[in-house]
Amino acid sequence: MSIDLKTIKHIAKLSRISIDDKKAKELEKDLNSIFEFIEALNKVDTKKVDPLTSIAETSLKLRGDEVKTKNIREQILKNSPDENKDFFVVPKVVE
Amino acid sequence: MSDIINLTLSALIDKIKNKELSSQEITKAYIARAEKSKDLNTYITTDFENAIEKAKKFDEKGNFDYKLPGVPLAVKDLFCTNNLKTTAGSKILSNFIPSYESTVTQHLWDEGAILLGKLNCDEFAMGSSNETSFFGNVESPVGKKVVPGGSSGGSASALAAKLTPATIGTDTGGSIRQPASFTGTVGLKPTYGSCSRYGIVAFASSLDQAGPMTQDVSDAALMLDVISKYDTKDSTSVNFKRGDYFKSLSSNIKGKKIGIPKEYRVDGMPKEIESLWQDGITLLKKLGAKIIDMSLPHTKYALPAYYIVAPAEASSNLARYDGVKYGYRSEGENLISMYENTRSEGFGDEVKRRIMIGTYVLSSGYYDAYYLKAQKIRRLIKNDFDEAYKSIDAILTPSTPSSAFKIGDKTDDPVSMYLNDIFTVPVNLSGLPAISIPAGKDKNDYPLGLQLIGKAFEEQNLLDISYSMEKELSFKNNFQDWWIK
Repeated sequence: MSIDLKTIKHIAKLSRISIDDKKAKELEKDLNSIFEFIEALNKVDTKKVDPLTSIAETSLKLRGDEVKTKNIREQILKNSPDENKDFFVVPKVVE
Repeated sequence: MSDIINLTLSALIDKIKNKELSSQEITKAYIARAEKSKDLNTYITTDFENAIEKAKKFDEKGNFDYKLPGVPLAVKDLFCTNNLKTTAGSKILSNFIPSYESTVTQHLWDEGAILLGKLNCDEFAMGSSNETSFFGNVESPVGKKVVPGGSSGGSASALAAKLTPATIGTDTGGSIRQPASFTGTVGLKPTYGSCSRYGIVAFASSLDQAGPMTQDVSDAALMLDVISKYDTKDSTSVNFKRGDYFKSLSSNIKGKKIGIPKEYRVDGMPKEIESLWQDGITLLKKLGAKIIDMSLPHTKYALPAYYIVAPAEASSNLARYDGVKYGYRSEGENLISMYENTRSEGFGDEVKRRIMIGTYVLSSGYYDAYYLKAQKIRRLIKNDFDEAYKSIDAILTPSTPSSAFKIGDKTDDPVSMYLNDIFTVPVNLSGLPAISIPAGKDKNDYPLGLQLIGKAFEEQNLLDISYSMEKELSFKNNFQDWWIK
């Protein structure tokens, strides 16, 4: 199978990455060559195989819901791209 | 000064403990050399002034019982360092200053080590040649315009060029072992769950693991002692009984059963790699090990499965880079276009490719055909190892299918770049520990590495076997300091 330009643009949209037509064509070529390589997996019969989701394969440990770091609001906001000492600021979303 | 930088980590520690060298002398020696080695482009961020200050403090009232007393170290820029820029080699994190420290680096400082700075790497650790970094290519001291491997390329180059006595990297598909192999250094990927992932910029969470990169096997054992600890901040950290790796090192490997998997003899593998492997087998026999021919039948499916699993996890992990809470932000007329422009401008080509692959294989209608299929293949690959380890102790393979290549040689074709990791990827998929040790050179005098793969949580066994081999191999890098200015 091959991935067409329309699909590339759809994946880009899902990935929240804007791409122009030139970039989309490059990605079409690259992704198709990568998926051609990946298709090898179809030769393996996996009907009776359980998927391996994690090497650890143990249930996650529980821990108390305790606050360990306090008063770090300033530190956290310091890395915010839009300078504001109280909030993370994004472009207007409500008209 | 030149004596200092030629010492191994353990020799350096002895000299500090015996008060033959001060932390300041050592720190200044490495800084002086780094200042003359800028052409290699190993550092993204330096912290030299603070390092000298810390060294001074250590000399005044340091604890000499620490495992790394006053030892200056540079680390891969994938480990978050409190108050020091951490970029992951990406434009999108180019202004990010963490307010916390990764567990693994904290262990280094808790044992007396001093941070020199942050080393270059492929963007988000996605690459095999350090050519995807936003901060430019890294050159290997091994030769002009030669790649150091990746993604821990800055770490490998800095270590081989003697800009740091040891370092730590991360390994998702070979990112410690492949660059170690390319630069004539030792690289250990511990068992998944050994070293905490807390504070490491995430790439593929079920595969990522931090580990030491060192001049020799003893140094790797020493570093592992420091960084391998159970951590409640990482939900996949495993609370197993860790060894006293450095102290317990033994070169007696008589009777150990070493498997030689026939599937690693791939088409088109250069003769010099084939004979390197053969020499390794002969050496192990001489050391008293028993060689067993064996099979890991699903080996050839590891790399394609990896290129589904790793990008899928990456696409989820990298969803957090949206220009809102930290990192680079581009403008947009609304929220969505701000996200899209930020991510388009903030990520490099390889990272975008992998996010797109990951998004595709997880998307509606393709999940079963790709992602689930890959997870099933992953099970088969792990089963191969589990089966093999019923009758053997470790496995010997080449670390890479070729020696280091020139910058630009493989950037046009992603798949040819991916093939670099053909021998290292199965280990990550199975969560096993593996080490690459320098074992020979190719016709250009570029280093070649051998890989030993061990059983889960049996790092000591792996270290012992490579320690015994290292003694006999007596490998030495003999390049000139051509880059020094």
